[in-house]
Amino acid sequence: MGKRTVIPFGPQHPVLPEPIHLDLVLVDETVESAIPRIGYIHRGLEKLVEKKDFQQYTYVAERICGICSFMHGMGYCMAVESIFEADIPERAKFLRTIWAELSRLHSHLLWLGLMADAFGFESLFMQSWKLRELILDIFEETTGGRVIFSVCDIGGVRRDIDGATLNKIVNILTDMEKELREISHVFFNDHSVKLRTQGVGVLSKQAAFDLGAVGPMARASGIKLDMRCRGYAAYDRIKFKPIVETEGDSFARISVRIKELFQAISIIKQCVALIPEGDIKMKITGNPSGEHFTRLEQPRGEVVYYAKANGTKYLDRLRVRTPTFANVPALLETLKGCALADVPILILTIDPCISCTER
Amino acid sequence: MSYFSMSKILLKNLFHGPYTTLYPIKKKESFGRTRGRIEIEIDSCIFCGLCQRRCPTGAIKVDKANTKWSIERFQCIQCNYCSEVCPKKCLTMENQYTSPAHEKVRDERIKCTNIQSPNT
Amino acid sequence: MEMEQQTVRMISPQDLLADTLRLKNGGYRLVAISCTNKDGMELSYSFDKNYELLTLRFVLTEEEQEVESISVIYPYSFLYENEIKELFGVRIKDIAIDFEDSLYQIPVKTPFGRKEGDD
Repeated sequence: MGKRTVIPFGPQHPVLPEPIHLDLVLVDETVESAIPRIGYIHRGLEKLVEKKDFQQYTYVAERICGICSFMHGMGYCMAVESIFEADIPERAKFLRTIWAELSRLHSHLLWLGLMADAFGFESLFMQSWKLRELILDIFEETTGGRVIFSVCDIGGVRRDIDGATLNKIVNILTDMEKELREISHVFFNDHSVKLRTQGVGVLSKQAAFDLGAVGPMARASGIKLDMRCRGYAAYDRIKFKPIVETEGDSFARISVRIKELFQAISIIKQCVALIPEGDIKMKITGNPSGEHFTRLEQPRGEVVYYAKANGTKYLDRLRVRTPTFANVPALLETLKGCALADVPILILTIDPCISCTER
Repeated sequence: MSYFSMSKILLKNLFHGPYTTLYPIKKKESFGRTRGRIEIEIDSCIFCGLCQRRCPTGAIKVDKANTKWSIERFQCIQCNYCSEVCPKKCLTMENQYTSPAHEKVRDERIKCTNIQSPNT
Repeated sequence: MEMEQQTVRMISPQDLLADTLRLKNGGYRLVAISCTNKDGMELSYSFDKNYELLTLRFVLTEEEQEVESISVIYPYSFLYENEIKELFGVRIKDIAIDFEDSLYQIPVKTPFGRKEGDD
């Protein structure tokens, strides 16, 4: 039996983009268990729904997190639209899908960069973020914002993308795909990347299910769980298959996310080919009354929006269950028995978003 | 397993030169939709106060008695909600954002109402 | 628009463990535990199987009423339960990993459990 030590990890740490605190119980250099602590950036945004009317809250919902901001806005709008039983215009559904998939591209590229940075591959980090910049420019051109778009609204979307711009987006993505293949070649084949990730933090299929993992974390362990299969927005008219790997290690999680990049590009191209002409927004009048659970697939996994309305312009309750919150138990499991040096990589493989987690 | 997998990309980058722009010497061009800041065409404003009521952050203040419209620049989140609800469409989103400052900036716009005018 | 099948089943707090165990054996996954503070604490346990959502719900009307933790059945429910305990002040007992009010580093105790004008 080696010496037992407790090391506080975070809330400030070079690999952590946002503050989470873990108490790591170590035996020599091996982690025996980890105890999480959150709340450093708890802002009480769920409570704010009682102070801002349901239209204004769209802008608050988008600000829950800076990376999946569009999907938070979209989830909130979908929940309220479901309470109104509103069927939004087709074109708006396709535009939402396009922006959602662009968000997935930008989120996964950001994560790939952070991951490369975590195992010390600085130039790969720069390459990923260089590509991400192209997506941010598309956002700025189509919505006006680079991170927060304020483009989703209850009843549809607030900006249209004209045909020329849609074709331009497709051209940018086609060029980007080539560069993406070059970086993914590095991630898939490089000796040092494989050494740091293969066989590290293995989560079996059964364990992933028992711990309630969602998103790429679950899919890397062989669980076919992708909320997009429910066919919200325009996903019911798009051909795609959830990307599933079976190894369940850190390498499989990288692999799932890289393959999802190509999948996102394919989905956007299909949307551009299928998008119908028409209105982008429908008028919604009155105040909502009722409740609804909405689930959608964010870059990090399944998010649940629960909205409860009482017939006034202020909602009674908005509950957001974010993917990182669901993935924390799986993270704690993978940390057990790993080396201290692998802890940063393992924390990154769940793609943690603490702002989302605490709201 | 491959060892020099990055070399092709690195060589390409070497000949391409920097991908970044030398800010602030060279400024990035903004797009037509870029959200910078809200501006008002004060002469067509009727001071209905709708923008003030709808603003999610409470950045806008409308003073009907003194025909004054003002906005707290750093409180504004560029959501464009005010310009959408404005009945006279006198609020517009400009591309240039407010430059950073050490203090809060409240911009005021006052409509000149010539009440002493002989015509009225 | 696809209207998702959403079943909300009202149960009594005493039946929570038995009903949860039945769902666990039926292959359901715990999606979320939500709490709404309006005319008493309303607890909703949402489960999913094949993209269908099933919610068990009960309302606690008495303030002191205790609720059993479902962490014996779904071990990963401990985060949701600690969160509800710390943010709403619902008394959930026997949580597998009980943080005893130290999961969230917040200065205010049970901030969501308060009503307007409680201070």
